[in-house]
Amino acid sequence: MSETTHLPGFCRDCLRPTRAAEKRCHGCGSPRLVRHAEIAKLSLAHVDCDAFYATVEKRDNPELVDKPVIIGGGRRGVVSTCCYIARISGVRSAMPMFKALEACPDAIVIKPNMEKYASVGRDVRTLMQELTPLVQPISIDEAFLDLAGTELLHKDSPARTLARFARRVEDEIGITLSVGLSYCKFLAKVASDLEKPRGYSVIGKAEAMDFLAPRPVSTIWGVGKAFEAQLAGDGIKTVGQLQKMEIDTLMRRYGVMGKRLYELSRGDDSRTVHPNEAAKSVSAETTFNTDLSRSEDLVPVLRALSEKVSARLKKAEIAGQTIVLKLKTADFKSRTRNHKLDAPTQLADRIFRTGLHLLEREIDGTRFRLLGIGVTDLTSPEQADPADLVDPLAGRRAVAESAIDKVRAKFGKAALETGYTFGKGRETTPQRDRDK
Amino acid sequence: MRVTLERSNLLKSLNHVHRVVERRNTIPILSNVLLKADGASLEMKATDLDLEITEATAAMVEQAGSTTVPAHLLYEIVRKLSDGSEVALTTNPDGNSMTVTAGRSKFSLQCLPEADFPDLTAGAFTHTFRIASNDLKMLIDRTQFAISTEETRYYLNGIFMHAIEGDGGLKLRAVATDGHRLARADIEAPSGCEGMPGIIVPRKTVGEMQKLLDDPDVVVTVEVSEAKIRLTIGSVVLTSKLIDGTFPDYQRVIPSGNDKELTVDCETFAKAVDRVSTISSERGRAVKLALDAGQLTLTVNNPDSGSATEELAVGYDADPLEIGFNAKYLLDITNQLSGSEAVFMLADPGSPTLVRDSAGDDALYVLMPMRV
Repeated sequence: MSETTHLPGFCRDCLRPTRAAEKRCHGCGSPRLVRHAEIAKLSLAHVDCDAFYATVEKRDNPELVDKPVIIGGGRRGVVSTCCYIARISGVRSAMPMFKALEACPDAIVIKPNMEKYASVGRDVRTLMQELTPLVQPISIDEAFLDLAGTELLHKDSPARTLARFARRVEDEIGITLSVGLSYCKFLAKVASDLEKPRGYSVIGKAEAMDFLAPRPVSTIWGVGKAFEAQLAGDGIKTVGQLQKMEIDTLMRRYGVMGKRLYELSRGDDSRTVHPNEAAKSVSAETTFNTDLSRSEDLVPVLRALSEKVSARLKKAEIAGQTIVLKLKTADFKSRTRNHKLDAPTQLADRIFRTGLHLLEREIDGTRFRLLGIGVTDLTSPEQADPADLVDPLAGRRAVAESAIDKVRAKFGKAALETGYTFGKGRETTPQRDRDK
Repeated sequence: MRVTLERSNLLKSLNHVHRVVERRNTIPILSNVLLKADGASLEMKATDLDLEITEATAAMVEQAGSTTVPAHLLYEIVRKLSDGSEVALTTNPDGNSMTVTAGRSKFSLQCLPEADFPDLTAGAFTHTFRIASNDLKMLIDRTQFAISTEETRYYLNGIFMHAIEGDGGLKLRAVATDGHRLARADIEAPSGCEGMPGIIVPRKTVGEMQKLLDDPDVVVTVEVSEAKIRLTIGSVVLTSKLIDGTFPDYQRVIPSGNDKELTVDCETFAKAVDRVSTISSERGRAVKLALDAGQLTLTVNNPDSGSATEELAVGYDADPLEIGFNAKYLLDITNQLSGSEAVFMLADPGSPTLVRDSAGDDALYVLMPMRV
């Protein structure tokens, strides 16, 4: 990333080592050279696919290549991903769709095809796992990789192995990604975001403090909008200001977050890469085309989402004990409500009934723009949904549900529906899979 | 209002009433206790709109009157005053504060007007009976642990009490269940509860009743209507709303055809279950009971930490059987059995099991097995 052309490095296209002072590869002529003093030593990487959903859609429909593409649900939904062409017009992910279309009226809006993205995401992950067993997926399209100790296996440095991996994903899967290489997770993640798309950024230990100093506090993992505003209220805007503060002061003011601020502002992050870190929750949510307030509108959506969550639990062979209902009001205020069950569940019926109990208390004429349902406290399904002494119908509903599952597995999801959702035709676009 | 009384009397009464007051309240007056001085006594009253406790205690009333002050605050103050001191409660002339004076300590508390304090004691009671404190406590103790906390089934969030014709005449029966286990206790019906409606006493009320029934020699007056229950225990009066719902038909749940009989020594069994369940920190883990002639093997497997087994000599002569139960639920039941031996009536690994005292059947328990 530095202009200093005397540092060691290589060409990202042909992997030839760079020569001093050259601006293009002497072998292939590519300008995509990466140089860094610590490049041979760093091994912790964050890999993030570029505008993942949009890139996949462009791959599968070449006509879209030079057009602005937005992936998201309906006019009222939010942008889940937009391609880099759309970003030129100011479209950003999580932006309400109507705003995105104001900014970029000729954008092509595509409804997300989660199954396709999940399958492409799995292909990318398979290639990652060939690099190192230490792959920690963060979401469908990004992961941390620890390549320490893989030099002998790949007969090359982690930095070059990652460049080769990026090229392979482009060749074999047809999508692009960005790599951030550093010595810790925090800076690897920051680095992968620096040169998107097709980026490759390196942040070394020696430069970490200087690199972070001028950046806004929101760079630090865990500092969201509210906390950023609180810090700004206290006069703290840049990471550099945090670097000058004592840990005692920060902890007194901000508690546990103070410690994190102290450590991360100094580029000090001891978190390791945990492969297969189990999901903590399974949830599904949807943003409505128009705000809804009546229970006859909200309940079918809740039922459909509950079925979706239940299907994921069953597929992953897990069960959850706490049901979480999430609502967002028309004025963007979030409400979450929890209920802990006596025993873990996998059943759409229990998730739905519990969610309904929570939802009924919130229906008071308030208009909602989003509804979500999820489960946490995940465990093995071994003791899930025990027989019940006083509700013999629960057992029969469970049997009915397993029959519905079987029919759906054979004839597709629409083959059999409950009266709750039948004919309601409401789209339930999942915007989140498993959350970490 | 100006009243003087002994700290110990005030503390005892406040201790009874202040617990009703929820720690967090959106309605300010519900955080307060009502104090009413009249004649030769001070009456205290607290409520959460579902449950109300009133208690009167002897006091020197110099000037009759009433006010309300924050309940937990007053309780904490009185608790910290030195033992044996005299406490004077005086409202100031404009009624917006009350001073608490004891020795050289003086506190001033903000008041809310008495007129705003809600009153729960409206409506007539249809049935009245008198019952020994001990009997009522027994009904509660034996069933309380099985009350459901699952709010989605609010009608299980309490103890179902009703009068029922049994073998030896009319019984007063208490039943509680959370769907995993069921507890049922009977006593001979006191006169007056004939034809009493079936009532569901909410969990919080049950807890308060249990604490108020600490003196075994007291006779409690119970008044019941469709919607409310009132207990008079000495100088304490507890009035509570009942859960408005239908308790499920529990009789159907109690198995009658279970033919495999297991007799265990209660204490030995409980200790063994407790020991083997150490291996699993998780609350929901199952303990497996493997039964063979004269022998019971308890096993707990925890894939994360290891396993435990223990063998017990028991009374059993039916076909071998393996069945799993939640260890905590087993202990909850054995804790409540009063005799030295417990009798389990089993059918198969998937069906409800019946547990009772070998001594009698005034209390019985039904337990749902777990998959092992």
